[in-house]
This record gives sequence, C-alpha cells and structure tokens, in this order.
Amino acid sequence: MAQAAAVAKPPAPPRRRRASATPRRLPYLLIAPAALLMLGFIAYPVISVFYYSLQNYNPTKPWRNGYAGFDNFVHAFTDDPQFWDTLTFSAKWVVVEVGLQLLFGLALALIVNQTFVGRALGRALVFSPWAVSGVLTSAIWVLLYNSQTGITRYLADAGIGEYGTSWLSDTSTVFPAAIVADLWRGVPFFAILILADLQSVSKDLYEAAEVDGASRLKQFWHITLPHLKDAIVLSTLLRAVWEFNNVDLLYTLTGGGPAGETTTLPLYIANTSVDAHNFGYASALTTVAFVILLFCSMVYLRLSKFGGEGK
Amino acid sequence: MITKEATEVAPAPAPVTPAADQRPRTSHRAWDEVPRWQIYVPLSIYLIFTLIPFYWILLFALRPAGSTSLVPWPMTFEHFEKVWNERDFGIYFQNSVLTGVATLLLTTLVALTGGYALARFDFKIKRGFMLALLCTQFVPGALLLVPLFQIFAELKMINSLGSVIIAETVFQLPLSMILISGFIRNVPYSLEEAAWVDGCGRLTAFRIVVLPLLRPGLIAVGSFAFVHAWNHFLFALMFLSDQTKQTIPVGLNTLMSADSVDLGALAAGGIIAAVPVVIVFAFIQKWLITGFSAGAVKG
Repeated sequence: MAQAAAVAKPPAPPRRRRASATPRRLPYLLIAPAALLMLGFIAYPVISVFYYSLQNYNPTKPWRNGYAGFDNFVHAFTDDPQFWDTLTFSAKWVVVEVGLQLLFGLALALIVNQTFVGRALGRALVFSPWAVSGVLTSAIWVLLYNSQTGITRYLADAGIGEYGTSWLSDTSTVFPAAIVADLWRGVPFFAILILADLQSVSKDLYEAAEVDGASRLKQFWHITLPHLKDAIVLSTLLRAVWEFNNVDLLYTLTGGGPAGETTTLPLYIANTSVDAHNFGYASALTTVAFVILLFCSMVYLRLSKFGGEGK
Repeated sequence: MITKEATEVAPAPAPVTPAADQRPRTSHRAWDEVPRWQIYVPLSIYLIFTLIPFYWILLFALRPAGSTSLVPWPMTFEHFEKVWNERDFGIYFQNSVLTGVATLLLTTLVALTGGYALARFDFKIKRGFMLALLCTQFVPGALLLVPLFQIFAELKMINSLGSVIIAETVFQLPLSMILISGFIRNVPYSLEEAAWVDGCGRLTAFRIVVLPLLRPGLIAVGSFAFVHAWNHFLFALMFLSDQTKQTIPVGLNTLMSADSVDLGALAAGGIIAAVPVVIVFAFIQKWLITGFSAGAVKG
C-alpha cells in the first residue's frame, strides 16, 4: 500500500478514465476561474491605476483631461502639504497600533497558554472582539465616547473630568481615543496567531532549561521568543499593511477629523477620488502608497532576517 | 488537551531559584507553575477592557431612550423594532445575508478547484501563480475603488449586489486558495489513486474520498469568507447607492453620520450586525486556535 504513496507523480491511471486522460490541460482549467477573476478585478485595476497616475483625469473637468507626465507626482511631493500630513499620520498610526497590538497580544497569548482554571472561557472572551467589524467597532466606541451618555459622563459623576467632554472631537484626545478603539479589536489577532505558534514549542526545551536553572525570564528570552520570531515578523508585517490600508474604522469613527487630524493617506485618496473626482491625482497617490508599502515590506523582511537561522 | 488542573497550589512555589543544587527536585512539571495571581490579575484587567464595550452596546440597546441607568432595566425592545422597521435594517439584513452566502459559495468553489490544481499537479506557471497569489495580499482593495467602480459601471453592475459579491470574492480568493491547497496536500494522494483503481473517475474519487476529509477546512474557509463579506463596508458603500440595496455596515454608518445620532437605534443595529458573526465563530472556534497558524502563518 505504502509504495504507491512514495512515488511523487501519480502512476498513469487506468486508460478508461476520461477525466484523468487530460492531465496536461486539467490544472489550467482548474485555476482558470480564479485566474480570470484576479486578472479582471485585481490586475486590471492595478494597471489602470498606474495608467491614470500619468493622466489628468477628472470627469467633472473633462476639458483638462489628457496626458500629464509626472505632474501628479511632482504636485504631490512639492506642492501638497496634505499629502505629507496624511502620510506622516499613517506612519504614526501604523507604528503605534502594530507595536501596541503586538505587545499586548504577546502578553495575552503567554497568559492564556498557561494551564489554569477557566482557561477555555478566558480564551473565548479574550479573543471575542476579533471578529467584530471596523464599522461595528466604531459604533460601539461612538456609544462609549459620546459626550452626553458616554463613559465621560459617568466618570464626571464620580468626580473625574468634566461633563460634556467628547474625546473624539478634541484634537488633543482624538488620537489616543481612536488608538484605543482599534486596539480593542486588533489585539486578539496577535494573541490568536502567537498562541497558535506557542503550541508548537517543545516542552523538553523548557525542562532542560529548568534543569540548568534558567530563570523564567531567561527561558522566555532564549527559547520562546526565538521560536516565535518568524510568526511575529510575518504577523506584524501583514498587520502593518492591513492597518495602513484599512479605512473602515477611521472613516466611520472620526471621518478623518477633527480638522483632518486623523486622516490617513488612503482616507485622503478616497476623498480625493470620491469627493473631488480627481481620479488622476488619486491614482498617483495610490501608486506612491503602493511603492512605499512594497519598499517598507522589503526593508522589514531584510532587517528581520525572516526565515533565516533555524528552520 | 485542556487538563483541568483544579488543585490550587497553596502559596505557589517560587518559580525557579537559580539555585546551586546540581539536581533541583524538578517535580516533572515545575515549569508549568506560574503563580496564579500572575495569570488572573492581568487577565481580569484585560477582560474588563474587552467586555465593557460589549456591555455598553447591550446597555444602550436594551434600556429605554433617555435613561442613564447603568443596568438595562426596565428592559425594552423598542430600539430593535425601530431600527428593523423604520431604519430598514430588515432589508439590510436580507441583503447582507445574500451577499455573505453568495460570497461564501463562490469563494469556496473557485478556491477549491484552484487549490486542487495547486496541490495535485505540477504545471508550468505554478510558481508564478503562487507568487501572484501572495502579491495580492499587498494590494489594498480600498485603493482600487475607482478602477473597480469603472469596471462595474462598464458591466452595468453598479447598484446590484453582484458587484459587491464579486469584489469580496476576488479579495478573499488568494488566501482561501492557499489554505485549501494546504488542506488538500494533507490528504494522501494514494487514497485518491486507490479510488481510481476501483474504477472511479477523478471527479468521483475527489467527491467520495477527498471532499469529506476537507470538511473542517472548507467550513473554516467558508466562514471566513462569509464573515468578511458580512463585515466589509467600503465596497457596499461605493457600489450600491440605492437605499434598498445596502448592507448592514452601510446602515450602521448612516446611523452614525446622522446629525444627532440615535444612540439606542445605533446600539440595536450594532447587535443585529454582530449576531451572525458571533454564531459563526462559536461554531468554528475550536478549529481556529489549533489549526489556524498551520496554514495561515507558515504558508
């Protein structure tokens, strides 16, 4: 029985089988639906973004449409303070969010990986916000932050702060307020992935370290962390890209406000194309965002020596 | 796996003293014993942070409008009735279910055929195709809104749920296909071959032998596709302008962006949005923790 499994390629099946008589074309037929969908709705749009980035294209001002060369890019880098503001905010948002999510997610994973009474329930509750959508997260935190009946009212009742405080409409509090809202549903993502990876650390290693008298902290530093490294690198990268691109939460929670204080680059791009109908310029900004993402990802993978030593 | 360790160790023994004894009396599982308070204290603090928002939305949904009580009593369902009937959440719910189920079916089917090809055949463009799948992870749907809008306008699909279903499917496909091809690879090829020898065609062999073994994986992939389509907001916001075509996240956004937000209605709408997701995740939770990283992180 086993010898058949050892052969990499399948032995030619009985001739009568029509289905397996076309092995050369079959794989292409099988991937065709997926390939066509991706060509039509991912590849083609990406190419058209590159194309429009070199055009003046605004359906409301058709007389100006036409080839623009690199004008759009030049305008972005030299003449558009909003581009720099939103790019800076995006960077700040991604670094703070991903950093804090990783920190709390790692701590939580280590905790719920222990054996303790009520662990199954603890895990389920800790992970619960993970599946909550960005819009629903916004809805929940709008309820919490609203100035009339939000959390500040009850804090004021207890003598902390003032009545009528609205953290989302004050430029000095909106950033931490939005960060906390996104942390609430972002931390479980890391906790789940890291917990899954923790399951595969060999227990013998800890026992050996124990025998050698290594402290718990040392065990974490020399056994757990190196084991988790690849998972951490990959999940932070995926999450950073996701946090950069995702507009659901900020769009609905703050709308990029107050006074543009929380507008990320993708949010700015969406406004440029949807509200201002300036497709050409929005495409150029999109291209810039692609390039930045790609560049940062490469640098990050290189610096972290992903998949290096060990495996 | 869950070993119920009900024995409360009295004062937990100091973890490990880097003592000088050559042979510490390792009680075999000493490494497992973290002081209990180091688990329960941080966990409780975090749980308060996690659960207050959930409690808050329940509170607002269930207490009468204008109440400031911190317990939802007297309890009322007026907000649910209002949001379901007057704010059209009944219609949104239908649209969301339709979009979610169609995305689930389409994604699973297309990912299954493609995943089978990737798992079982060697063909010329396989490596390139795999690379393309991974690259799509860097392509943000949000930044392709304009060209996608133009394509759907060209296809006369603006304002039809079909546009949202296709867009959600396309962005779910790559990861789903990678995951499914991994699951198929875990089913020994020899099982399929044995079925051929017994006179089954490739399709029949797949249906009888492989498909039943894939069930847990397909359920998980399908659930992700459903939840993703259910939660996602931007495509529906952009491609559906007709009030009666919109989905629940768009409805929530409409409630939030009103001049004076009806907080009770918003809370009730939020709960309606959450219920299907909670059900789906209660259903697949077990698989999620144990099996997720195997496919998703290690590629």
